[in-house]
Order: sequence, then C-alpha cells, then structure tokens
Amino acid sequence: MLTAILIFLPLLASVLVLALKPAQARVAALIIALAELAVSLVAFAQFNPADTSAFSIATPWIEQLGINFNIGLDGTGLVLVLLATILTPLIILSSYTGNIERPALFYFLILVMQASMIGVFVAEDGFLFYIFWEMALIPIYFICLLWGGAERVRVTLKFFIYTLAGSLFMLLGLIYLYLQTPGEHSFSMQALYEAGKNLDAVSQSWVFWALFVAFAIKMPVFPFHTWQPDTYFEAPAQGTMLLSGIMLKMGVFGVIRWLLPVVPQGVEQWSYVAVILSVIGVVYASFLAIIQKDIKRLVAYSSIAHVGLISAGIFTQNSAAVQGAVIQMFSHGIIVFGLFYIVEIIQTRTGTTKIDELGGIRSVAPKLATLFMVIMFGSVALPFTSGFVGEFLLLNGIFQYQPWASAVAGVSVILGAIYMLNAYRKSMSGEANTLTQSITDLTTVEKAVLIPLCLMVVVIGIYPAPLLDLSQTAAQNLLQIVELYK
Amino acid sequence: MNAIYILTGVGVLSLLSEILNFKKYIVWLAVLGLVATLVFTVADWGTSISYFNDMVRFDNYAIAFSALLASVGLLWLLLSKKFFDSNYHVTDYTALVIFALIGAVLMVSFSNMVVLFIGIEIISLSMYVMAGSRKNDLLSNEAALKYFLLGSFATGFLLFGVALVYGASGSFYLAKIAQYSATAQPPVFYYAGIVLIFIALAFKVSAVPFHFWAPDVYQGAPVSVTSYMATIVKTAAFAAFFRLFYTAFASNSDVWWLALSIITVLTLAVGNIIAVQQTNAKRLLAYSSLAHAGYLLMALLILNSYSAGAILYYAASYSLATLLSFFVLDKVSEYSGTNDIAGFKGLYKRSPLLAFVMVLSLLSLAGIPPMAGFFAKYYLFAAALKSGLLWLVITGVVASLISIIYYFKVVAAAFSQADENQASPISVPAFQKVVIVLMALGLIALGILPNLVFGLI
Repeated sequence: MLTAILIFLPLLASVLVLALKPAQARVAALIIALAELAVSLVAFAQFNPADTSAFSIATPWIEQLGINFNIGLDGTGLVLVLLATILTPLIILSSYTGNIERPALFYFLILVMQASMIGVFVAEDGFLFYIFWEMALIPIYFICLLWGGAERVRVTLKFFIYTLAGSLFMLLGLIYLYLQTPGEHSFSMQALYEAGKNLDAVSQSWVFWALFVAFAIKMPVFPFHTWQPDTYFEAPAQGTMLLSGIMLKMGVFGVIRWLLPVVPQGVEQWSYVAVILSVIGVVYASFLAIIQKDIKRLVAYSSIAHVGLISAGIFTQNSAAVQGAVIQMFSHGIIVFGLFYIVEIIQTRTGTTKIDELGGIRSVAPKLATLFMVIMFGSVALPFTSGFVGEFLLLNGIFQYQPWASAVAGVSVILGAIYMLNAYRKSMSGEANTLTQSITDLTTVEKAVLIPLCLMVVVIGIYPAPLLDLSQTAAQNLLQIVELYK
Repeated sequence: MNAIYILTGVGVLSLLSEILNFKKYIVWLAVLGLVATLVFTVADWGTSISYFNDMVRFDNYAIAFSALLASVGLLWLLLSKKFFDSNYHVTDYTALVIFALIGAVLMVSFSNMVVLFIGIEIISLSMYVMAGSRKNDLLSNEAALKYFLLGSFATGFLLFGVALVYGASGSFYLAKIAQYSATAQPPVFYYAGIVLIFIALAFKVSAVPFHFWAPDVYQGAPVSVTSYMATIVKTAAFAAFFRLFYTAFASNSDVWWLALSIITVLTLAVGNIIAVQQTNAKRLLAYSSLAHAGYLLMALLILNSYSAGAILYYAASYSLATLLSFFVLDKVSEYSGTNDIAGFKGLYKRSPLLAFVMVLSLLSLAGIPPMAGFFAKYYLFAAALKSGLLWLVITGVVASLISIIYYFKVVAAAFSQADENQASPISVPAFQKVVIVLMALGLIALGILPNLVFGLI
C-alpha cells in the first residue's frame, strides 16, 4: 500500500498544484513533498530486508498482453526512494529564493517527475518500468525548455533524442525478452528473469547491449555522455538538481534491477567492456573537469567521474563494490545537489559562474564558504564524510575484481581533489574583487537547504551503519538473484 | 447498417435544409445524426449481418471501424464549427461531409469489391469538392484539381484491377476470390489485377511513392478539410486496404508482400525525413500524417491476428491527436495570420489551454508514454517482433526518433517568446474548450487503458 501511495501521492497532488495561484502553489508543493518524505520514512521504518512482501502490490493491468501493475520495494529501491523523497522538498525549497515564472506549472512538473522516478524505483514489471522511465523524461524536458538558459531549445532537444534513442532500444530488448516468456507471455519481473536465463549466450549479449546503452546514456557512461554537460549547463538550477541528484540514478538502478539479473551471461561476456568504459569515463571526465573555466561545467564533469566509478563498481558484481555503489548513489545525490545549489547561489549573487572572475567570497560570505567546504570535502571523499564510505567500498571492490582498474580509478580521487580544491580556492579565498565584494551571505531559506545536506554528509560519514546495513542486504540480494538466474 | 440509413437521411436532409430554411441548425442536426449513428452502430455489436445479397457485412470489424469513424466525424464536426460558419454554402458542405462518411462506412464493411469501389468513389468525390471549398483561394483550387486528376487516375487503376481479378476468379465477392486464389492456379493477369488494386489503395493511403499529391492537397485545402482527410479518409482507406488484402489476397501475399515492405520503409523514411525540413506547420502535419501511414502499413505487413486490433487502436489514437493538432493549428493561424511554425510562438501565453492540448497531441503522435500514441506503436512493434520482423521494428524506432525533431520544433515554438505583433490572446468557444479537453484526456485514458479498444477485434 505504501508503495502505491509513494507513486500516486505526488502524481495526483500535482494536478492540484497546477490549479493553484503562484504563492499557494509553492507552499502546496513543499507540503506535498514533505508528506511524501514522511511516507517514505514510514516505509524506511517498517522495512524488513528479510520480508519485503508488505510493500508488494501485484495486479494485472493489461491482462491480454501480460502487462501487470507490479510494484514493490527492495533495499536498493528503498535507498533511491529515500534519496528522491529527501531531495525533492529541498529542491522545491531551493527555488523559493529565485523568482520562478509560472510557478504552478513548475511545481507541477517537479512533482510529476518525482512520481515517475519513484515509479521507476519500485516497478517490478518490465512494461511498467518502461512507462515510468519514459514518463520521467517529459517533465524534465519541459523544465529545461521553459526555464533553461539561452541555448536551451537545441540542447534540450539533443538531450531528449539522445535518451529516447537509448530507451527505445531498451524497449526492443524488453519486448524481445517478453516474447521469450512461455505461454501467454508476461512482462512481470520474474518472468523476464526466467526468459533471460533461458536465452543462449549470443542472444543474451544482444539483449545486454540493447539494455545497457539505455542505462549508459542515462547515467551517463563514456562515450554516451555528450548530452550531459550542455544539458546540466543550460537547465535551470532545479532541473540540474533533479537530473544529477536523482534522475541519473535511474540508469544505475536500471543496471541493478533490469540488466544484471536479466542476462547474466551477457553481463559476464561484456562486463569487462562496461568496466573499462566506466573507468575511462572516470579519468576522462576528471581531466576535463580540471580544465573547465566554468564552475557549473566543472561540477557536471565531476558528476560524470563519480557516476563512472559507481557504474564500474556495479559491473564488477563484487559484493563490496555493489554495496559501495548503493551508498555512493545516495551520497552522490546529496553532494551533487549541494554543489549545484552553491553554484546557483554564487551565480544569482555575482551573475557569473566563471571561476577566474570569482574570488574572496569567504571574506564576505563566511557561512556560504563553510558549507561549501563541507560539501566539497564530501565530493573529494575525505574520511568522515559520506563520499568516503561509498568510494572506499567501491575502490576496494573494484580492486578485488581487477587491481589495475582500481588503481586507474583511484587516480580520479586525486584528480577530484585537485579540481575541487582548486575551484574552492579560486572562488572562496583571496581578496574579494568587484564582483564578489558586495555579495550577501546565506539567507534563511538557503541555510534551510544546505544545512540538512551538510548534516547528512557528515552524519553518514561518521555513522554509516544504517545505510551500510541497508546497502549490504541490497547487494547480497542482488548477487543472490543474479546467481539464481544464471 | 443503421449507420448508412441514418447518415443518408441526415445527408438528404441537409441538402433540403436550404429550401426548407433551417440551415442555421443543420450542423447541430448533423451532430445529432452522428450521435444516433454511433449509438445504433454500437448496438449492433456482436452481430454479423449481411445486407444487399451479402455485398456488405457488418461484422465486429466493420462495426468497430464504423463506430470509430462516426465518433471521429462527430468530434470533427464539433471542432469545425467555424468552417461551416464561414462558408456560404453550409448545406452543401455538411451534405458532402456526411456522404463522405457513408463512403467511409462502406469501405470498412464491404464484402464485395463493387461496394469497395463505390465507397471509395463516394468519399473521393466528396473530398475533391471539399478540398476546393475556398473558391477564392488559389491554393485551395490547386489542391482540388490536383487531387481530382491524380485521384481519378488511381480510381482507374482500381477499376482495372478489379476487372482483371474478376476476369480470373469470376466473382466480386471477397470470400469467393479467397477460395479461388487458394485452390486454383490463377493466370498472370490475376496477379496484375492485385498489383493494380494495390497501387490504387497505396495512392489512397498516400504511401510513398504514390504520395506526391498528399502534401500539396493537405496544405492547399482548408485546415478543417485537411483534418478530415488525414483522419476519416485515412482510417477508412486503411481499414479497406486491410479488409481486402487480409480476406481476399492473403494467400497471394508472396506477390505483394515484398512490394508492401519496401513501400512501408519508404513511407516511414520519406514522411519523417521531409517533415523535419518543413517550416510550415500545416505541411509539417501533412508529412507527419504521411509518416503515420507508414506505421499503419506496418500493421498490414504483420498480417496476423494482431493486425486488425493494431490498426483500429492506431487509427483511434492517431485520429484523436491529429484532430486536436489541426484544430490548434487552425486557431493559431486564424490569429497569427500564418501557417508557419513561427506562428505558434508564444502560444503558451496566448492560450495556455491550446498549448497544453497541442503538447499532449504532439507527444501522442511522437509516441511518448503514457499517451495513446505510445501504446499504438508499442503494440505494432510487439506484433512485428513476434512475426520476426526485426528490421521493420528498427526502421520504425529510428523513424519515431526522427519524428521527435519536428514535433518538438512546434512544442519549443509554442513555449518560446511571442513576437510583438502576435501576442494577442486566442479565444476558443466554450463548448470547443470542453471538447478538446475531453479529447486530450481521452488520449491519456486510451494510453492507460488501451485494452478498451485494441482487444475488440
């Protein structure tokens, strides 16, 4: 029941928001998002990894075609649902400072987006998964198109076509699997797992690529990442936060639930390639981040680097790495959101995101500089921050899989420290210049967004046990299923 | 069958209304007539009765398509109120539209090739006149002439083909032809007949390379007429195409299957690729309708038990979305004075409702879930994959990716800043607001509950 509420609460309430006046809309949106957070926390409290049947709902949807409305929550799904429900109210709150045009539509789209993404995380039917997967694309497209930067029309179209191309081939892969299910055909997750299991190795590798490309584009993994920096740059701040904070996890999640267990032999044949591509992406994006002159682009590339590491970890199918990936998905969501928000704060105050034009912000806005520092430490994976827990497990796991891959990916931690610290130093320390000397420090709303983020970064870093437990069962669960359907 | 009686009555009545002096009400009368048609058609559901010496048969296929045609006709009338208000000869045009609908109903219910021919002729002749209904507009005249000349050609092909098939099989009845082709060794001219009929029908559904008339005619005709041609005429033509080839010529599929597959790929490719370059929204929608003909042709190629339901569902979702998009185009061009995509600029500010409706219908045409257009395509792709036609599905997938480019061009325009001189708000009559909102919701509802339609036949 809770799972259905998680999907339908924001979906139905969003229509309500659409009908409200601007001032009411933003309050209503925040209340809805907080209610949704409460629901997900209840789910978290009730969650029992040994028996998740309480969260499952299975009803036929289009019976003749074997399409079901099957939803449920497992460890990974719960982590991501929590991430989505924690970030969404903060994203809504973060929009309070700016002057958003047509707010009712804006919050409507954010809530529809949230509902679709949660749908992706809980769907246990291939068709349903696909529907939510695509549905998430529409609101984010309009958020970028309507509130984006100057180049938005071209960039958003590229983004849309890119991701849709991937998804359509994923759809073909899913239909192919569906046609392999016995008898009346079914799209239910178990049926597709069974169907994948019975495929020969060659078919499995075809299906692997059909599905992998869709997920690789979403994450994005090198060389499917070219849509990402432009889109992050042109999207409005909240759009970037949704994209980087939550939406890209759809790709990782897709690999976990709809790739590894579906075609284990295909994965076995190609995981090496996937790991190599991911590691290349990590290093490549890190170097690109170093040479960026624009801090927003820098964060965009750093996101590619971090996600590359997550992706590499998952494809190793090592329990430590998978566990690290789950934790890192959560941690990366918080940190990248924080980074983009800080960039947004700097941009609205100074009108620029060029690193060289900034400087000395620390002297005029010490609170901003401090909170930025905490989040940046998380990003460079300093011990006692949330970034450290995930990245340590990931590198450890990848090392067990292939030492050199871990060594190369480990370089990215150093590179990450270089570009992050550099950006921080250039923008925050030194003498305030004409652009930065008159900026104000954080407002209450900004603090209300950033302080919870920083708290999460630190608390997870110091006391990661709950997340570790949850992700450990998730990882074991996944590897068991993969083993089962091999 | 009641559909034909009622429609004939309404058609004759509207011819008389000029004399009897109630032409003010004739559109509403036609609306009522269509509602009655719909009700009586649906009431026949499950029966399979033959009329006129078995020349027409109202089986579930015919009833489902008749009901679809009647509902689309109804919605079309409601959305085209302006077309009738602005035309002096309102009675002639209502009569033509209603008669064309009779032709369409015949085209989905025939079981004899003569009836097919009569149906096609009724619908075509009406459309020739309708395309030229703006007498003072050069483009409208050109459209009518072009349509008429090329259409007559196609009719000639059809008639010749029917004659050849009759010459070989000795019958106009589909069942007898099917029996004949399955058992006998037909002479070569029988196959020539099939090819000629095939070409004629490919012309009617505007499949590449017999499509050259379509963009010009669609662009030249008044928007309402274009929307009628793109929905009702197209639906009827596809239903007829499938009915004829599935019942009569299925065992000769080796003759036409390869040709049809080439035509399908060409239609998908040409329709979509040329649409990308259009700057005129009306022409863009014309090419988009061409592209959708490609998807419907896919259903013919699959030629199994899925096909009929696939065509019905596709035609329903496509017609709904096309009616809506043409309606919005009509409104926009009325206020912007242009059919260009640029005319859509700032639509969101000028009329949020129209922008919203336009976006939903374009998303549906592009095949994005949860809109009906997605499920229509999904159903086709799944059926084609089941038949092992992977190359066909990949063509379809690439084509729908290309279609995003031009549909989203319009979407992006609708949400961009308006030019100074084109910022006046667009007003829509209240009853039409209700109709378009219901239709837009229908597009979502059809997408979420597709089994309401495709499972019927």
